[in-house]
Order: sequence, then C-alpha cells, then structure tokens
Amino acid sequence: MKEEIIIAGFGGQGVLSMGKILAYSGIMQDQEVAWMPSYGPEMRGGTCNVSVILSDKKISSPILSKFDTAIILNQQSLDKFEDRVKPGGLLIYDPNGITRHPKRTDITVCKIAAVDEAAKLGNAKAYNMIVLGAYLAKKPIVSMDNVVAGLKKSLPPRHHKLIPMNEQAIEAGKVAVEVINAL
Amino acid sequence: MAEKILMKGNEAIAYGAIDCGCDGYFGYPITPQSEVMETLMKVQPWETTGMVVLQAESETSSINMVYGGACCGKKVMTSSSSPGISLMCEGISYIAGAELPCVVVNVMRGGPGLGTIQPSQGDYFQTIKGGGHGDYKCIVLAPASAQDMYDFVDLAFELAFKYRNPAMILGDGVIGQMMEKVELREPKPRRTEAEIRALCDSWATIGCEGRHGNTITSLSLDPVTQENFNIHLQKKYDTIQENEVRYATYRTEDAEHLIVAFGCMSRIGEAVVDLAREQGIKLGLFRPITLFPFPKKEIDALVPQLKSIISLELNAGQMVEDIRLIVNGRIPVNFYGRQGGMIPDPEEILEAFLKTIK
Repeated sequence: MKEEIIIAGFGGQGVLSMGKILAYSGIMQDQEVAWMPSYGPEMRGGTCNVSVILSDKKISSPILSKFDTAIILNQQSLDKFEDRVKPGGLLIYDPNGITRHPKRTDITVCKIAAVDEAAKLGNAKAYNMIVLGAYLAKKPIVSMDNVVAGLKKSLPPRHHKLIPMNEQAIEAGKVAVEVINAL
Repeated sequence: MAEKILMKGNEAIAYGAIDCGCDGYFGYPITPQSEVMETLMKVQPWETTGMVVLQAESETSSINMVYGGACCGKKVMTSSSSPGISLMCEGISYIAGAELPCVVVNVMRGGPGLGTIQPSQGDYFQTIKGGGHGDYKCIVLAPASAQDMYDFVDLAFELAFKYRNPAMILGDGVIGQMMEKVELREPKPRRTEAEIRALCDSWATIGCEGRHGNTITSLSLDPVTQENFNIHLQKKYDTIQENEVRYATYRTEDAEHLIVAFGCMSRIGEAVVDLAREQGIKLGLFRPITLFPFPKKEIDALVPQLKSIISLELNAGQMVEDIRLIVNGRIPVNFYGRQGGMIPDPEEILEAFLKTIK
C-alpha cells in the first residue's frame, strides 16, 4: 500500500496538524511515513499545504508531482492541485468559499461541508477532524484505533481530554461526506 | 524496540545533540532551521543532562562561543542556514586552524544574499572548498532523512574529536522541515571532567596543574612553522580521505547510467531510478554520505560499467565538478539542477535525464 496525499487550504484551518495526525496514525500501524509542509510566507497567513505519504515500503522521494488524493480547503488550492490528482484518484473539497468547482470526471470527487458541520458541533476547531473523517470514509487507510493513538501522540497530554471531541468530529465527517462524481 | 517518533529533521538535530551527550549549543534563529533551537528550548536539557543552550546575539557570536567551548574539550555545536553560515566562516576557519573539534549544522536555503527560505544545495562549494580562508577542510556529512539528522550529530562529534577538526552536517530545507519517524537511541551521558581530561589533556585548555600549559592559536608568524603546520593539516585530511568515506548505492549492480546526488536529491533520485527501470533503462544511484571526504575511489570503480553519469543538485552545478575530476573525460558527466528554492519532481528529472542519453 502506498498513498500519496496533498492537503491544502488556508493557514489556520488545521492543514498541517491534520497531516501530522494522519502520519502518526500510519506510524501506529507500522507504516513508513513522510510529512512535507510548505513553510514559506504561507505560515504567516495565506495558503498552506502539506504532502503526506503512507507506505508499506521505504519512501524515496518526498517531493511529488501527482497525488492519489487531494484534500482541498480553498479556491487557490483547488486551482493549483485539481490537475495533479492521478486519474482514478480522489478529490475531497469543502465548498465553503468555492466559486469554481472541480471539473474532473476521471477522478472521484467528494464534498464535505466542514464549516457547516463544525458549526453544528459548536466547535470551529473541530474543522480539520471533520475533513479527516470525510477522507477516512472514502479511504479507510488507517483504522480508527490508530487515528486515536495518532491523536494521543500528536497532542500534548494536557489536550488529551479533547480526544473524544475529535473522534466525534471524525465520525461526523464520515457521515456528512457527499459524492459529487463517482467513477 | 525503541519508540519511533514523528519529527522534523530539525527537531531530530536537537534530540540527536541531547542524546549524544552534547555539552553546549549556541545559535541564532534563521528559517529553515529555527526548530533546532526551538526544540532545545522546549526540551530544556539543562535541567536533565546539564547541556547549555544559549541564543547568541548573532551567528558570529555563536561560532565564537563554539570556538571557546571547543578550546575546553567540550562537545559544542551550532546550527544555522546559508546566510548565517556565511557569517560563521571566519570562525570555522579559525577553529580548523586551531585544530579544534566542533559540529556545525547548515540547513541550506537558496542564495546568494538573503536569497529565499526555500530549500537549496547552493552551499556545496562554500562547505567543501572553503567558505573561510586558508587551506582547510571540514568533515562534511550529508543527511537524507530525519533519522540521518538524528544519527549524524553523534557521528559528527565522533569524527570531530577523532581528528580534532570541525565537522559539518550539510542538510537542506527539505530534510530540515520534513517529518519522518525517528528511532531514538539510548542517550549517551555527557563526558565527565575526568573523561575530558583523559581524552583532551594533550591540547585542551582545561587547567595545567602538573604539566606545561596548552596554547590554542591559529597564528604562527614564522613561515617555516606555518608551512610545516599546513603540511600536517594536509596529511590529516589525507588520512580522513583514506578512512572516513561513507556512501550508499541504489540499484547500481547492473547500472549503465548513474545518478550521483546527496541529501534530499538522493531521495528524489531513487524515485527517478525506479521510473527509468520501468522503461528498461539500467539506471542506478550513488549517494555520497560524506562530501568531504568525497567517495572518489568508489565512484571511480563504477565508471568502467557506465555509459554516463548525471549529477542532480539544487544549485547551478557544483558537485558535478568533483565528479568530472574523478571521471576525467572517460564518459559524459551531465548535470540537472534547479535553483532559487525550486525542487524538481521525479518525472521532471527523468525527462531531463532521458534527453542527456539520446
């Protein structure tokens, strides 16, 4: 198994931490992982992305031109990465603020209204875990047990009390994800 | 099995320093390596091992703090990125001239000048050919993973003390910023004063009770003395060249073409090898792990089986010159690189490589 993912959006949406939790979940099931962020002016507020690779084998290049999955959280990222999803791959996006929607018909396209779901949960900070849930519903590459173990590793102990809320958000994302284009 | 932790290459440098019994880290923040000191400040090793962590007022200051600590036989280090390393070059030359052990980490970014904060390998010449003035060399290790960043701090200190010579870890923004899993070792304790005396008493300025005092200097006004010292240094570098070459290969057994690449480019190069092999092209990869000493004999030994070599670098073509010196015209030595913080992906490199062998 090898899954190459790009997660892209605005700084502050939890893009990097979502990638980190996913990577840690991979480690928990004894996979090789790489997490490569954009670290430029993006982190000072602007677009932000991270590529995450989970693989059963040693990972060579952390630099990728095409992705199995793109998780897209703003228009700029959709414009940049839609064409870089491998044919047959998966694109998940949050329609909030999107005016030009995905056009590809050779990939699976899914929508997750994560801003709305986070409002329903009454917790804006759960946003990225809702998106992660949507992804895991479509590609269950890591088990929920390993995601929880990954959360424990990623979060400092003082925040471990928030893990049940994060699990709830992931479950909400799994339910709320909508398929727009099925293959 | 030891716990595997997801961390950035820069964090791995910090943990590698603490776990190898480093006595002191002196640094000044600069992207893309600021996480080294940030991690040290978070972990607070002064509370556990007694390691000193100090933010200096500039890179010039941090390298001179390293100079002072090294005079006392301590395991001391600094880290920076390209523009900061330029500021340190005077100090590095002095440390080499005074024959002192220390570790300097460079997480390279694009230049010249302030350049960009994105990854680069544009400091190969600076690191390998000098940087500072005078005929000196640093031992140079090129990490290609977060695990290497962790492991190489210990290795760099071992080599630095073995040869009383500055050792550099030449990373780049990709290796510094990327998170991978790192397996931590059993930590080594810091050396005791008695251990330092046993190991460094012949040269360190650690108090001279019962013996003649040691003098540490890089100055000698008598040209005969200075030339003899220069000859001594060159002999030391020859010994290092003979004994400390490290490298890795990937699918070279039957290779007809060879990528030579270090650091992050060796990782991308491995993917290029696999792509080329899918097309039936016998491509292999040679990764110098030590850039000084450069694996001259080892590359030379591969030349008879090869039709061409391509050097992949994040610069305008620097290491390629050293490869050409080894190959000496026997086969074409080509180059592909990107600059300014741009990083080529495997497909782009494959296309460039295929053009060179048409």
